[in-house]
Amino acid sequence: MRAAGLSEKAVAIAPGIHWVGALDPHLRSFDIILRTANGTTYNAYVVRGSEGVAVIDTVKENFSDDFFRRLESVAGYDEITTIVLNHLEPDHSGALPELLRRAPQARVYLSSRAQMMLKALLKPSGGGAPDYTPVTTGDEVDLGGRTLHFLHTPYLHWPDTQCTYVVEEGVLFSGDVFGCHFCGARLFNDSVGDFRFSFEYYYAHIMRPFREHILDAVSLIEPLELATIAPAHGPILRHLPREYLHRYRELATPRLYNEARSEKTLVIFYLSAYGNTRAMAEAIAAGAERIGGVRVSLYDLEGGDAEIFTDLVEEADGLAFGSPTINADAVKPIWDLLSSLTSVNIKGKLGVAFGSYGWSGEAVRLIEDRLRGLKMRVPVEGLRVKLVPDPGELDECGALGEQIARHLTGRIEERVIDMSELVG
Amino acid sequence: MPKAKVTFQDIGVSVTVPAGTRLIEVSEKVGAGITYGCREGECCTCLTRIVSGAENLAAPSVLEDQVLKDNLAPRAHRLACQAQILGGDVVVRPA
Repeated sequence: MRAAGLSEKAVAIAPGIHWVGALDPHLRSFDIILRTANGTTYNAYVVRGSEGVAVIDTVKENFSDDFFRRLESVAGYDEITTIVLNHLEPDHSGALPELLRRAPQARVYLSSRAQMMLKALLKPSGGGAPDYTPVTTGDEVDLGGRTLHFLHTPYLHWPDTQCTYVVEEGVLFSGDVFGCHFCGARLFNDSVGDFRFSFEYYYAHIMRPFREHILDAVSLIEPLELATIAPAHGPILRHLPREYLHRYRELATPRLYNEARSEKTLVIFYLSAYGNTRAMAEAIAAGAERIGGVRVSLYDLEGGDAEIFTDLVEEADGLAFGSPTINADAVKPIWDLLSSLTSVNIKGKLGVAFGSYGWSGEAVRLIEDRLRGLKMRVPVEGLRVKLVPDPGELDECGALGEQIARHLTGRIEERVIDMSELVG
Repeated sequence: MPKAKVTFQDIGVSVTVPAGTRLIEVSEKVGAGITYGCREGECCTCLTRIVSGAENLAAPSVLEDQVLKDNLAPRAHRLACQAQILGGDVVVRPA
């Protein structure tokens, strides 16, 4: 597929460094979850030194012809000594099997966590894994006047991701981080037009769940002299590259850091048809407040939308979900919220379920299963109340709130139990 | 049946278990903070710090050993989906 306005040859981005990627202007949906109004680019690069030539990443398989044509315009296959894989997702490794066939002498450099993925990706091509070297921060490859310096930056957005920095030119091949799904044939950020919406959208949908890893990576990159950030998708950032680094730090920094530094936060979401689950929610909140050290917020899911609640979930330490049981299930807004949380990191947050029911009360256990599936910890058994909570049951709700607060603030009472006492 | 004791330090709960129990069989039920992905020893999501009693766990399999190495796991860390408690006391917490 060709895009107007771009040569079929490689494009220089720095002395001895070329873009050899491909444009995909007609793509509208990426990885099922992302939309794009003008497609994307698959960015691959070539670095030439006096002693060797390195290829940095490849492209999606059906764009291989564009990639190889551009690659051939700046390097012969027998010159390639080095292949760097910053990220093994198929949109960057699609042309790898063919590249390895054409340049069998090249040694592959990738992160430690990428090794198993490399073997799995090359299964269909029938060959074994090529010669490869796992690398980490500080490892270097000397191409002769061009030094590739590796940075271990995992989980941006897969476990295998890394960045590669060309020391002499200040060019950072960042993989998906700092990228976006935006297709501009002019390639560079100072000439493609306004792509900021795409940059922000990409962060929000791809990188946001990994914000702790983003901050680690940004800290690793900040001390570098940066002339250009060359990501694996979207515009090459040669104008004010540090601005994009700053923006990532800003986006990844927890927003409640200043306001709630000394307190834990508990957010209680609920839905209530007749006020019973709401009464439980309010009693749980009061119980948690009694313990102290916990900031409690109550939200009725009928009064907002999942996007706003997702922001709250991201910042909270503990989350409680209250739902009545209707036709043997939790109600839809709860599932809508619990199916919207893949864009934030909730691993290890404390989760609790509760709710009033009329006949069978399945909602609480179903929600607990989902919370565990989302990798939250569920240390306190949820609470079910048949129809209207009486004063004793409201006391139980209060006690549940106290327990949640104790867990959140590390004031739990140590106990010893036998495995046979555990349910499920 | 010989018994062992595993303590989940993050939630302050100790559980007496039959020898041969894997950490995964207990940790979720008790609500500890160890989280799981593939549950087959491949993804390293359930990486767990063994605070004490590492010698009371069965030695890692070749697969577990490789996954720990590939993921640059620090010393005294195991995969909770694989680690089997043989006896005595073991204290763990999420990595």
